[in-house]
Amino acid sequence: MNGKVMGTLLALILGFSLVLSGCGTEKQAPIVIGGIFSITGPASYLGEPERNTLQMMVADINAKGGIKGRPVKAVIYDSEANVTKARLNAEKLITKDKALAIIGPSLTHTSMTVLEVTQKAKTPLISCAAGVGIVSPASERVWVFKTAQTDQMAVARIFQYLQKQGLTKVAIITVSTGFGVSGKKQLETQASKYGLEIVGNEVFGEKDTDMTPQLTKIRETDAQAVICWGTGPAPALVAKNMKQLGFTTILIQSHGAASKKFIELAGDAADGILLPAGKLAIFKQLPDTDPEKKVCQTYDDMYQKKYKAPASSFGGYAYDAFNILKMAVEKAGADKAKVRDAIENTKNYVGGPYISRDGKTENRMKRPGPLAAWYRFHPSRILPNNPVLSKTTDKIS
Amino acid sequence: METLGPLLQYLISGLTNGAIYALIALGFSIIYNATTIINFAQGEMVMLGALCAISFYHLYPSLPLAFLGGVAVVTLVGLLFERLALRPVRDQSPLILIIITIGGADFFSGLAMMIWGKEAYSLPPFTGSKPLHFFSATLLPQNLWVVGLGILFVLLLEAFFRYTLVGKAMRACSYNRQAARLAGLPVNRMVQLSFGLSAALGAAGGILVAPLTLGIYDMGAMLGLKGFSAAILGGLGSILGGVLGGLLIGVAEALASGLISSGYRDAVAFLILLVVLFLRPQGLVGSRR
Repeated sequence: MNGKVMGTLLALILGFSLVLSGCGTEKQAPIVIGGIFSITGPASYLGEPERNTLQMMVADINAKGGIKGRPVKAVIYDSEANVTKARLNAEKLITKDKALAIIGPSLTHTSMTVLEVTQKAKTPLISCAAGVGIVSPASERVWVFKTAQTDQMAVARIFQYLQKQGLTKVAIITVSTGFGVSGKKQLETQASKYGLEIVGNEVFGEKDTDMTPQLTKIRETDAQAVICWGTGPAPALVAKNMKQLGFTTILIQSHGAASKKFIELAGDAADGILLPAGKLAIFKQLPDTDPEKKVCQTYDDMYQKKYKAPASSFGGYAYDAFNILKMAVEKAGADKAKVRDAIENTKNYVGGPYISRDGKTENRMKRPGPLAAWYRFHPSRILPNNPVLSKTTDKIS
Repeated sequence: METLGPLLQYLISGLTNGAIYALIALGFSIIYNATTIINFAQGEMVMLGALCAISFYHLYPSLPLAFLGGVAVVTLVGLLFERLALRPVRDQSPLILIIITIGGADFFSGLAMMIWGKEAYSLPPFTGSKPLHFFSATLLPQNLWVVGLGILFVLLLEAFFRYTLVGKAMRACSYNRQAARLAGLPVNRMVQLSFGLSAALGAAGGILVAPLTLGIYDMGAMLGLKGFSAAILGGLGSILGGVLGGLLIGVAEALASGLISSGYRDAVAFLILLVVLFLRPQGLVGSRR
């Protein structure tokens, strides 16, 4: 009896030490990169390309021998656009999967909850969402970065344009999700700085299919321009409904609408809509001298080859996040704190969006950022099977 | 005139959506009459109709053919759903059958997600997209199509039930199933027909509204619930009630989001549902059963 117990104990100890030694051989163990994306649910159009991109990039780097000889493993969870699930995903990634860093989540509100977990666990997080609150104040959000253009930048870009056109009265219509709420806040707070008055302020649900009541109210105001802040199919319906209501004022969309799908859904109503966006959406029209053209081309080719679908700006956020993280790990090794510092000091990265952390890296933000370009939809120039966004001549520097 | 402008616009928006809710409500009523169950997969028929028609249109760009094709496919789906999922267990209590229809709804939206993916698709409007001016409001030709064809379908349905032998037989089954069976009516076939008919109505509604609202795999659930609220408001089982309920809910929604706040849009339909269930469970024109 006693011998049996001893035997079991011995076996256990032996097994345990084997496991320990397995952990000890760090050169063989893969570097774990976590991913939290809204792969299913209402924001799947964001999460799906982001997941695809991360999987594609990890497969690509492993085929090339990994990062400094160490293979990379992506552990990707689906947050279903749900804050509770996103939080659980983050905790699982940190405690169970021992992720070195996390890419995602896809949405502003899920990012806000995940960053609480990653901040405490001192794990670098590169969010793919837009809300400026994710990375500010920079002194507090030490472990958080993001690749998507902030709504702060997008709003500033739109207002600069309106100011230049001499317009003073705008109406805004925003979606009720985190993206819309954060955008609305930026629109409201920055308006006075550009001498603009918000004369109409409406909200819609992300699944609403009829915005004519809200737009009717806006039509009653003397707004000279309408700014719509949303993602997914709803902004396309706003464009359609505005046409239905016979609007003659210009419509400006946020960077959330910068997709080929938007043109497809809005059809004729997309004509003449203005929006700020990253360069990925229109890279084919960029001059060959633009260094970002090649990056966009490479990414789009890779994505097309693997998934038989064009790359979207949203997947581009994950593309940039992965590349920046890769550069940081190459420089600093698999140490969370060192990786964080390396991410913050990223230099000369050529990609779509910039890594944006204000505060210490504020000087980088002042360079002409990803929203330097200003686009106008031209559905009339869409080729049958290959819709393109084309760039207008009224680009603002 | 100043205040009339937006009101008229809300009314147009409300009537358009209301017409769709009415078609869905009629689907609920037809099946309720035949089986005394609520078919919660009704909203998914609307979604399938819209997406099938969009796919047909991409294969062969003719709207009438896409419309007919979409309705035909979905009618078949409705018939098969009854035959494969509900008839084998038809002797169970209505509650069990209702739960099966909820499962069916999930199945259909999942299937649609696998076939069409998670993206939205658009269908071109039936005739042009140039807005028409109507007093102080504007509307699209598509709004007229929705309301006009909606009225046509309701009239056809009423004529079907009133003047055709099959329609009369279906009515007989709904009044008294036992007596109908004793009189030699094929009750099972009538039940299956009711599923086909309401699937066709739902599909037609979905195709009509697709140019305005786009088609996406998860559009069915909300439309189904709105149509259900409309059916309850009007009186479950009544054609006139379904139409009234649908239009009232559509207009109430549009007014609520226009005059109060768009956040209350969905709440209005369900608030009406609750109030009706508390105060007048038989609905506006329904009779107590």
